[in-house]
Amino acid sequence: MERFWFLTFDGLAAGAVYAAFALALVLIWRAARVVNFAQGAMAVATAYVGYAVVSATGSYWLGLAAAILSGLALGALVERVLMRFAGPGGPLNQVIVALGLVLVIQAVLGMIFGNEYRPAPAPFDTDALTIAGVAALSPYDLWVLGAALTVVALLAVLFTRTPIGLRMRAAAFAPEVSRLLGVSVGRMLTLGWALAAAVGALAGMLVVPTGLGLHSHAMDLVFVIAFTAAVVGGLDSPVGAVVGGLLVGLILSYVTGYLGPDTTPLAVLVLLLAVLLVRPGGLFSAARARHV
Amino acid sequence: MTTTPTETAPATASPLRRLLPGAPAGRDPRGSTLLRHLAVAVFAGTLVVLVTNQLAPYQNLQVARVCAFLCVTAGHTVLVGLNGQLSLGHGALMATGAYTVALTQQALDERAVRGWWTLPASLLAGVAVTALGGLVVGLAAARLRGPYLAGVTLAVATLVPAVTTIFTGVFNGEQGLSFPAQTPPAALGAYFQPERWLAWIALAAALLTMLLLANLVRSRFGRSLVVVRDDEVAARLAGIPVARTQVLAFVVSAACAGLGGGVYAMLTATVAPGKFPLDLSLFLLMAIVIGGLGSLAGAVWGAVLLVALQDLPGLLTEHLSLSAGLAQRLEGNLALAVFGLVLIVVMLAAPGGLQGGVRALTARLRGAVRRRPATRRSPDR
Repeated sequence: MERFWFLTFDGLAAGAVYAAFALALVLIWRAARVVNFAQGAMAVATAYVGYAVVSATGSYWLGLAAAILSGLALGALVERVLMRFAGPGGPLNQVIVALGLVLVIQAVLGMIFGNEYRPAPAPFDTDALTIAGVAALSPYDLWVLGAALTVVALLAVLFTRTPIGLRMRAAAFAPEVSRLLGVSVGRMLTLGWALAAAVGALAGMLVVPTGLGLHSHAMDLVFVIAFTAAVVGGLDSPVGAVVGGLLVGLILSYVTGYLGPDTTPLAVLVLLLAVLLVRPGGLFSAARARHV
Repeated sequence: MTTTPTETAPATASPLRRLLPGAPAGRDPRGSTLLRHLAVAVFAGTLVVLVTNQLAPYQNLQVARVCAFLCVTAGHTVLVGLNGQLSLGHGALMATGAYTVALTQQALDERAVRGWWTLPASLLAGVAVTALGGLVVGLAAARLRGPYLAGVTLAVATLVPAVTTIFTGVFNGEQGLSFPAQTPPAALGAYFQPERWLAWIALAAALLTMLLLANLVRSRFGRSLVVVRDDEVAARLAGIPVARTQVLAFVVSAACAGLGGGVYAMLTATVAPGKFPLDLSLFLLMAIVIGGLGSLAGAVWGAVLLVALQDLPGLLTEHLSLSAGLAQRLEGNLALAVFGLVLIVVMLAAPGGLQGGVRALTARLRGAVRRRPATRRSPDR
């Protein structure tokens, strides 16, 4: 039973990161109908920037800010320079361009920083606290959970309570009408990508210390897991992304804990296929007219 | 090698005529498609065999690797380019074929079963098992669209190391498997270069794949692949079973990947999960896009590109005389960055890829050749 509780807390902490990452995917999907396959590589790039700042200044918080800011810039850049021009060719083209971006980012990171894993120290203690004899969350897990949930709350406020959020939703929902009403749809799209990449950057900074360290491939599996989380919740639903992230985090934690770490990719695939075949729209999808 | 049959499109017959069933007038004026493709295959095969006779062992291995990759890229480009199903899992399918060949070869060797037919039998087993794997993925894929399919196949690509470690007893984990290497038959003489023999086997596999695919693409099934890609509703109205076509396309493509993976394993007589990383699947996609999506000739360019991607880095760092640290960083990454950039540029600016460029060039040359006599003879017309 102790082990079960430990795995539960561990899964929730991991799930919070997946939730933030899945949320980044959902943000772009809602705005542009693209799954950003370069999200993982972009997050790693910003994490490298963040940890470069950390080692230069000695302050984790400056590094975190640098990572998020570079995420904003990178997201806007990718949308302005690449995705805007890949769009007309159809979704296949956008996915392929994003994959090309993955190759370029990983290669450039390898050229600048080398191919070895770099240490990425966590800002807090990663040893689990013991509560009533049960090893539960570590301070770092608490920070991850808090940061991820704060971002989710901030985004919810942004989209539902502010004029700019309303404009972004309008631009995504009905681009033509919004344009007529004076919303700059292109700018909203850029903003959407920038926000998503910033959320991805935060998720990257949170997840890297829990893994082997900083490496150009550090987010490969995390991306696949986050994609699964987004699909579980439904690519269209931000709430779904959060619930999906926590759910996937829990499931993977149990699977890894009881069956061994090597089974994780297998579990991810089974989960992904099961959701797609049983409920393709995700758990939180609204009923929708059937297309022929 | 670069001449492949698909590019000689029979534009002469009017489309209406070709739709009429059974009418002899609808026949291609240049005779049977199969015979034409056979002639090209025999010509290309002879050419490559002649070339391999002049090459050093390492260069022959490069030819063999191109041929092995060609099996994969040809099948992949038919799936992605002609049927519009984006698979990021072909690296894992290659691994399936490679491991099946390795296991079969090991099993046959342990029971002291020897003969010329063991390798074809193992390759066939590899093709069959991979096709079965392709059927499973394809059945799921037929219900999925665009990014969903890409995501699922990406998840498949991450499986290879996991599966080999879970079933360590069968696949021997990170270490991988090794099996007896192929040796040239005694009839070729005692001093025959083994690498040349490997290149010939790989060439045979590549030619067979290209021949079958070229005919398949030209067939009724090939046309329905394109219709399903372009408009599923129209395809259904025309009586084409959409789901079955998509699943079958996946199976065919997987079978090709299995053969390519098996041949690839045969070249080194070893398999290990490290040879089939997630990147390999992305590289395969990159290769067919730069070569020219949907074009079998483009698949040839892609296969050459893949081998170049493996071999260029060493060459580059050797000749540029860089410091050890810098060389180690550039190793692999420089070529990858360049090819990745090319991939993006191709996708944004020249979707036809290399083969599209070649096609435009030959069309222009042909136009120039045709125009000259035409202006001279214009009064006769």
